[in-house]
Amino acid sequence: MTAPPAVLAAPAPSDPGAALTRRRVRVGETLFRLALLSCLVVAFAFLVWIVAFAIYRGWDRLDARLWENMPTGRVSRIEGAGVQSAITGTLWVIGTTALICLPIGILAAIYLEEYANNERWYNRLLELNIQNLAGVPSIIFGILGLGVIARAMGLGFTVLTASLILALLVLPIVIIATREAIRAVPQSIRQASYALGATRWQTISRQVLPIAVPGIATGSILALSRAIGEAAPLIMLGAVTYITFNPNGLDSAYTVLPVQIFSLVIEAQAGFQRLGAAAIVLLLGLLLLMNSLAIVVRNRFQKRW
Amino acid sequence: MGNLQEGLDMISIASDRPTVRIAAPGADRAGHAGTAGSTDGPGGPPAVVELDRVSVFYGDHEAVRETSMPIRQRRVTALIGPSGCGKSTILRTMNRMNDLIPSARVTGRVSYHGQDLYAPEVDPIEVRRRIGMVFQKPNPFPKSIYDNVAYGPRVTGMKVGNMDDHVEQALRGAALWDEVKGKLRSNGLALSGGQQQRLCIARTIAVRPEVILMDEPCSALDPIATGRIEELMHELAQHYTIVIVTHNMQQAARVSHYTAFFTAEVDAAGVRHGKLVELNDTGKLFTDPDDKRTEDYITGRFG
Repeated sequence: MTAPPAVLAAPAPSDPGAALTRRRVRVGETLFRLALLSCLVVAFAFLVWIVAFAIYRGWDRLDARLWENMPTGRVSRIEGAGVQSAITGTLWVIGTTALICLPIGILAAIYLEEYANNERWYNRLLELNIQNLAGVPSIIFGILGLGVIARAMGLGFTVLTASLILALLVLPIVIIATREAIRAVPQSIRQASYALGATRWQTISRQVLPIAVPGIATGSILALSRAIGEAAPLIMLGAVTYITFNPNGLDSAYTVLPVQIFSLVIEAQAGFQRLGAAAIVLLLGLLLLMNSLAIVVRNRFQKRW
Repeated sequence: MGNLQEGLDMISIASDRPTVRIAAPGADRAGHAGTAGSTDGPGGPPAVVELDRVSVFYGDHEAVRETSMPIRQRRVTALIGPSGCGKSTILRTMNRMNDLIPSARVTGRVSYHGQDLYAPEVDPIEVRRRIGMVFQKPNPFPKSIYDNVAYGPRVTGMKVGNMDDHVEQALRGAALWDEVKGKLRSNGLALSGGQQQRLCIARTIAVRPEVILMDEPCSALDPIATGRIEELMHELAQHYTIVIVTHNMQQAARVSHYTAFFTAEVDAAGVRHGKLVELNDTGKLFTDPDDKRTEDYITGRFG
């Protein structure tokens, strides 16, 4: 084995400083950057197009009639119609969904992160299934709701049925987001707590959860904004009707904005379609609001270590 | 008792010079060795914690093999040795922190005042209330300084009378009070690294443990902060039994009464196992070790 020469002699340039100034245009570098940028532009351009189109089509219906009046099935009354029952229906359904899926999802995530020994096969099976569940098409959940909750359990086409199904649909999202938030809490905090004689529940409730709250809140809001835009499962669950009253309880008939939009835009007359476009703008505004809230919560309470 | 008093006097002398430097360990430093201790005769104070042929496994891997040693009352015992020799692992068996690693398993006997810590009826929560721990990286809770200190007494349901007084006492005990008394409500994470580590010590002594385990408590700190912590350790040793893991041999020589040298042995299959080589009075271990391997390590021929 021969030792490499101790010093690799560098060729001595005549003017070392000048060598630094020969700036080149790197073609590959520039092309790659443009390719990345154009991908972003494509995604963003379509969003802008949709929003602009909806605003344009629904412009003369974007006023108080939208939320003050009920929908109608009659062409003659369409100019005075709104989507109030769908707005209140959405609020009822999403509110109930949140009450069902947040406690269950958060507690399930705490179990998986803090209690479950993931060397046990049943815990791994649970985990795998939750991930798979997140990939099940939402229409399948609708069929489940129709067969089991609406018919076999006899809950019918009600706010409660819709909420249960939407809760099941977004449960995996809540669980996954909460687990991420809990996992981001440094292990050293748990160890410090245990070393002081705290029990597992004290450690979780007084240290881990308070630190994880912003992450959990962000994930929960995003999960609910997914639920708010769902139409497919609710089409199976009796939301496709002209409901001309606000829900007054969990056992009430209901409709929600996405389904109402669907019902409106499939009508032939322009009046229905303009109302549908205005409702789209309303729904998008609602989603945007929830997503901004998630960002605000995340930035506001973010802990830096 | 005379010996003990003398030992403590020597400690306070040493503690006036927190950044005192000890020359590279070697034959020439006999005079400096063991400023803290080496005044105990054979036997010394009673053992609070006793390890008897303790082995720790992670899964099938035996990380530390058959370690036996006493941890003596109101003394500082230092665990030194190269990386991967199992010092921290052994430390964590003493308050059952290894329980938090699902694959960890302990064999042999770890006893606290004669009680087997791993007996099935023993509650690890109770163990940790009596045997506290300070970690390598300062890890204050992201809460106020006050709440950091009050957390232990609160969760353990300790009867402390006035919590404000109790917090003040603990912070004084950790030599932090004067620096933070005006800002008890500000976040513990806003303190400097050295202050954070003293906050962690205050938090630990607030539950009045009998033993404090320190896992390389100064490795993330600058020399001045390290000096403060070492000084503090001398004071704490008057009331607490301390076990410290350290990579810094000078630190072990400065702060401890007893030093245990661990090493990693590679077996025929190429697997590393930690093993206790020698436990001795600190002065003796650093000047006249009984084992050749200890001598090689402290003189820098190995490790």
